[in-house]
Amino acid sequence: MQGYIYPNEFELQWGLLIVVYPYLTGLVAGAFILASLARVFNVKAVQPTYRLSLLTALAFLIAAPLPLLAHLGHPERSFAIFLTPNVRSAMAMFGFVYAWYLMMVLLLEIWFDYRKDLVLWSRGKTGFLAWFRRLLTLGSTDLSEKSLLFDNRAGKLITIVGIPSAFFLHGYVGFIFGSIKANPWWSSVLMPVVFLFSAIVSGIALMVLIYMVTSMLRFKPVDMACMDKLGAFLLYALVVDFSLEMLDFTQRLYEAEESIKILSDMLSNRLVVSLIVMQVLVGTVLPLISLGLIAPTVRKQGLVRVPDELRRLIYFVVAILVQIGIFSTRWNVVIGGQLFSKSLRGLTVYKMELLGIEGILVAGAIMLLPLVILFLLVKVVPPWQDAEAHVGSEPAAGDPLPAAQAS
Amino acid sequence: MASDLPRAGGGPPRPGSDLDRRAFVGACLAAAAPVLLTAAQGSTTSAQAPADTAAAGTPPRYDRRNHNYGMGVDVDKCIGCGRCAAACKEENNVPRDPHHFRTWVERYAIRADGECAVDSPNGGIDGFPAPVGEENVLRAFFVPKLCNHCANAPCVQVCPVGATFTTEDGVVLVDEDYCIGCRYCIQACPYGARFLHPETHTAQKCTFCYHRVVQGMVPACVEVCPTGARIFGEVQRPASPLTRFRRFNALQVLKPHLNTEPKVFYANLDGQVR
Repeated sequence: MQGYIYPNEFELQWGLLIVVYPYLTGLVAGAFILASLARVFNVKAVQPTYRLSLLTALAFLIAAPLPLLAHLGHPERSFAIFLTPNVRSAMAMFGFVYAWYLMMVLLLEIWFDYRKDLVLWSRGKTGFLAWFRRLLTLGSTDLSEKSLLFDNRAGKLITIVGIPSAFFLHGYVGFIFGSIKANPWWSSVLMPVVFLFSAIVSGIALMVLIYMVTSMLRFKPVDMACMDKLGAFLLYALVVDFSLEMLDFTQRLYEAEESIKILSDMLSNRLVVSLIVMQVLVGTVLPLISLGLIAPTVRKQGLVRVPDELRRLIYFVVAILVQIGIFSTRWNVVIGGQLFSKSLRGLTVYKMELLGIEGILVAGAIMLLPLVILFLLVKVVPPWQDAEAHVGSEPAAGDPLPAAQAS
Repeated sequence: MASDLPRAGGGPPRPGSDLDRRAFVGACLAAAAPVLLTAAQGSTTSAQAPADTAAAGTPPRYDRRNHNYGMGVDVDKCIGCGRCAAACKEENNVPRDPHHFRTWVERYAIRADGECAVDSPNGGIDGFPAPVGEENVLRAFFVPKLCNHCANAPCVQVCPVGATFTTEDGVVLVDEDYCIGCRYCIQACPYGARFLHPETHTAQKCTFCYHRVVQGMVPACVEVCPTGARIFGEVQRPASPLTRFRRFNALQVLKPHLNTEPKVFYANLDGQVR
């Protein structure tokens, strides 16, 4: 502690779990937006990641409310948000945004996309998996040309609705922080936009990782055209994200409002590692430089020609760095926003615990959970393109290897 | 009416006379009721004095719509004794540790070089030690802090379930049985006036001692203040100690730029206070 903080500010209200929450929802939004690139904007190169992105988004979305729930003082009352929401509260809208996105966007889109395969996979088969897949078709087993066309059209329409929904899902998380006028570190109109672009960055980077790891585990070659495209998109998103953050930073510094002194103190005393080193240098500048050099943007080969093998490795490392960077971004927003007193006269500290509901172990478990969910999803509805080839001949159940688990 | 007066002395009661007497007392009470009620209400509004409505026999019906409470704080009168903070903890079962307060006292010490040191050891309950570098202090003063019961309360706005609400009489309260403990209100409060109760796991804050106020008493902190630095009363009513306080003092509120419209008004407040 340093300087004066209000007595009630001794305890930090939002800890590690609330850092995890925007991190997870960001990955959801990012993965979905990547999927929609393939679907709506017809970017053929990223097609191999389309279904995988959808399933990833679903897996992370299922886990996303858990840190919130675990954090509540009275989780058993959480349903009150649905029953008696305060319509003036940004947070009260969470339930509705979440439900809309889960039910109307992700589940529907995945269902329409997989319906044909579900029918084919379950046709004439016995056993639990076939039975479960038959259940998932919801009895809609018509595979006529007309119905498949309808599936396609519906899927596309849902994706079009889904893009603004994904924007809304994560922009809204940014709004939860950005609308708190009491907190000068949070209160910024740019917050939802910055959240959104950092979400896209983290989502693309996550798909780079998951696509590479699953390909490796399945002993399938990584599609370099796809990787290059992902690398280029990651670079574009990083540029926009970093520009917005710099704009926010410059604006604050230039306006130099009442809070500037304490925020500068916080930056130089509390956030050197997490913000300057992790978020900016490791998580943004280094990936920007690497991708700028090797990703095919202005030139077809990238500024520096690098063999495929090395380029893959760089993409992989960059994706990990970006994840570290985005997690640090969430940390700096959530924890950073509570390290200074609203009296603007002092700084406090955050002591992370290891055990306990708000501890590192629980947070870690919640962050790993989506990967477990993804593993199960992949078992039931394999997203690989080659999986479709097996339809009718091999038992599809054995096809997807225990893949996603690894990353 | 004079003919109906019960006779003094103990003559044998005539048949029906008892009834007459009863009827008379009833009629008297009925006739006096409006007067009694008005008197009782008057004592509620001039809330500095504890109401003695109980003496009237029939407690007045409390109508929230007739009130809008606020508080005045005269910074020059505060001597930093911390009795308000102690009384508040006693009255409202606030955790006794030094990190949970519904009200607390801050000490400001402005040095000759313009630097301002602020402290509030245990909310001021145990008094204040001599400030470091005392000889350089140009001016020092105490500032009691509490929930501002903002008319435009950010905490009420953000509560996802409406557990935090503004009563009709202008007090911001938390429904302990409904709060889900998300702590968004604590983040939204610019004044650090809220905390999560470690036992109930719900948000808590100053209630203006609502349980006392609706019975015509003043908040505990106001009651115990030895210098009258805290003035409780009605914001709108002309005959209120608060109105008098507002009439005779130039007032300020905390963080006015946030447009929360606080209803705790400070007199003689220094610009250093945030």
